[in-house]
Amino acid sequence: MANAKPKAEQRQPWQDPEAKPYIEIQDVTKKFGEFTAVDDVSLNVYQGELFSLLGGSGCGKTTLLRMLAGFETPTSGRILIDGVDMARIPPYLRPTNMMFQSYALFPHMTVEQNVGFGLRQDGTPRGEIAQRVEDMLAMVQLHGYAKRKPHQLSGGQRQRVALARSLIKQPKLLLLDEPLGALDKKLREATQFELMNIQDKLGVTFIVVTHDQEEAMTLSTRIGVMNAGRIVQTGTPQEIYEFPNSRFVADFIGSVNLFEGVVTEDEPEYVRIESPAAGGTLYIGHGISCVPGAKVAVAIRPEKMQISREAPTAGADNSLSGTVREIAYMGDLSIYLVQLDSGKTVKVTMPNLVRSAEQRLTWEDKVYLTWHDTAAVVLQS
Amino acid sequence: MRSGYIPWGERMSDQGRFIPLLLDRIPPLRWLRRLFPSGQSLVILVPYLWLLAFFVVPFVIVAKISVSDQATAMPPYTEIVRSVASGQLSFATGRPAPAAAAQPAPAQPAASSDDAGDEEQATVAGGPPEDVEGGLYVKLNWDNYGYLFSDNLYYKAGKNAVFTAFISTVLCLLIGFPMAYGIARSPTTWRSTLLMLIILPFWTSFLIRVYAWMGILKNNGLINNFLIWLGVINDPIPMMNTNFAVFIGIVYSYLPFMILPLYSTLEKMDLSLLEAAEDLGCRPWKAFLQITVPLAMPGIIAGSMLVFIPAVGEYVIPELLGGPDSLMIGRILSNEFFSNRDWPVASAVAMAILIILVIPIVIFQHYQNKQAEAGA
Repeated sequence: MANAKPKAEQRQPWQDPEAKPYIEIQDVTKKFGEFTAVDDVSLNVYQGELFSLLGGSGCGKTTLLRMLAGFETPTSGRILIDGVDMARIPPYLRPTNMMFQSYALFPHMTVEQNVGFGLRQDGTPRGEIAQRVEDMLAMVQLHGYAKRKPHQLSGGQRQRVALARSLIKQPKLLLLDEPLGALDKKLREATQFELMNIQDKLGVTFIVVTHDQEEAMTLSTRIGVMNAGRIVQTGTPQEIYEFPNSRFVADFIGSVNLFEGVVTEDEPEYVRIESPAAGGTLYIGHGISCVPGAKVAVAIRPEKMQISREAPTAGADNSLSGTVREIAYMGDLSIYLVQLDSGKTVKVTMPNLVRSAEQRLTWEDKVYLTWHDTAAVVLQS
Repeated sequence: MRSGYIPWGERMSDQGRFIPLLLDRIPPLRWLRRLFPSGQSLVILVPYLWLLAFFVVPFVIVAKISVSDQATAMPPYTEIVRSVASGQLSFATGRPAPAAAAQPAPAQPAASSDDAGDEEQATVAGGPPEDVEGGLYVKLNWDNYGYLFSDNLYYKAGKNAVFTAFISTVLCLLIGFPMAYGIARSPTTWRSTLLMLIILPFWTSFLIRVYAWMGILKNNGLINNFLIWLGVINDPIPMMNTNFAVFIGIVYSYLPFMILPLYSTLEKMDLSLLEAAEDLGCRPWKAFLQITVPLAMPGIIAGSMLVFIPAVGEYVIPELLGGPDSLMIGRILSNEFFSNRDWPVASAVAMAILIILVIPIVIFQHYQNKQAEAGA
């Protein structure tokens, strides 16, 4: 990725067994009646991290966030923040602040009063409140809007007021619920970088809930992918993308072509997988721990395959032939839907490296897809 | 001309535009189009007509009676505008100016008159100058209003009414707010049932419910009998015919009018605002004062108005439950009207009540408009 990642990514506290986690979620389960919203989740988040909880709607990510803020009580399990058990600590005494999905700005207060609300509760002297509110509004580029009411602001401005309000108390832990959900694409990108700057500047630990994988990828030091109340994989954006541990994660993050198959050759250096779906044998250039005959799925990202009209030279690792059915020109890249000879349709992307008004490939072209023996991931669950 | 019409017409829905559109197509008749109001103005017309028929007209009649003289007649007051010479215009406008102009010479001396038989009402109260030679004659009797100020009774009754209504409104708010809050925060499936329970008393007559309170409050009523049976008291506590009973009656009767608007504002409230407040370090009771109460303000004001306004003019409750000292302006009005048969003074009292009520409403409206401007 092109963007400059904050330093937090370079030091990887989760790799360090000595590091003390700032937030410890231990075997937390939350049930609403019969429904289990969060199912036995354990997670450690370290100081200065920007951790994203990523998942579809109803996967329990918001419930987990609300338990951290104190709006919900775990049915079982413990949550520790900075080593302190939060079980008996009400929201107003927790060292956390939350930015709500709906922003939850107080409609009867001006921007200034909204942002200063947290400080007023603590009895901070007036002069100091005024100063800090001003500084905070300058940081989110809202100077001059202090006297407005929330309904006089645009969606993006409201979102920045909400951010300023949740940051003004300089919380140790900032919880963000779909922080960029309501913004248009340009503003989203700008805000993403703003968030990372703030995180760098203030050293706050962020936990972000989002359903938007792109947002999670750009922002996070680590991502926890959630499904049906469980965290199915935790890792850096790169790990999650390149080494998904399950069909669900591979499918949820980015797009992927999955080939179901059976392991036929299992050597320490390589494996061969017989896949009727692909119409042939797939060669993986590294060993995996599995038994021959195991049912697995081979996942290949669309951009990891090369598409060409020329037949590959003999000895290529993996090669499948098919016909171009659909082309989507996206500007920077083109997406091709190729129907393999086996009948399965796969998605391939190619960057448009050469400036040309015409597509190099057109509909119904007979093409060959090739990929390197390290490009694919074998998924066993 | 035409270009002025068409775009305006196009902005509206097709409903109610058929005749104007038809007329548009027939050039010689196009001018007739003005006679047919568009659908939009028809819609606006309805509330104005309603207001005219049920507020402005009665108001003008009462205002007119309030400046007339009492008379032993049917109805028991004099007309304020009369044509003197026979065959002249005869209508009541209540406007003194044109009539004064129509009067050729304001000859004041009340001399003998030969058309006295024709004007029966004219024989009362001072007697108008009957010798005017034709034209309109207007006599406005402001003494009815003067009378309100001369007799301390009206001032005391008015003050007492405002005081009683104010205390009742505060009590309704104190009782109604927790109830409305409770309903608004109860599970969705319960809410309509609970609201129904609030409205349920309206299914029986207001009068019957007030009578029921007599049965509860009187010396050998439910409460006293129960307390005596318990042995808490030996002699009944006098509750009937006291101000206490009046407060109970008013609060009981008007409580739903407080609860319903409060409920509707509290129910709409976004609960994440309270979470946000708590998240920022605000204790729940402070969040209630700083977030819930200000946001419920429209409901508080609407409910208070709905209780205060009818309570000021309340007549039945003080009459039935109150004692001799629970003098309220509504009771005075009724006495003037029925016992004294003094319609002009009764009307003046009614006007006074209206003014008492209109002033706070106007001030409040003014304040609210200012607020809205400041907010916008």
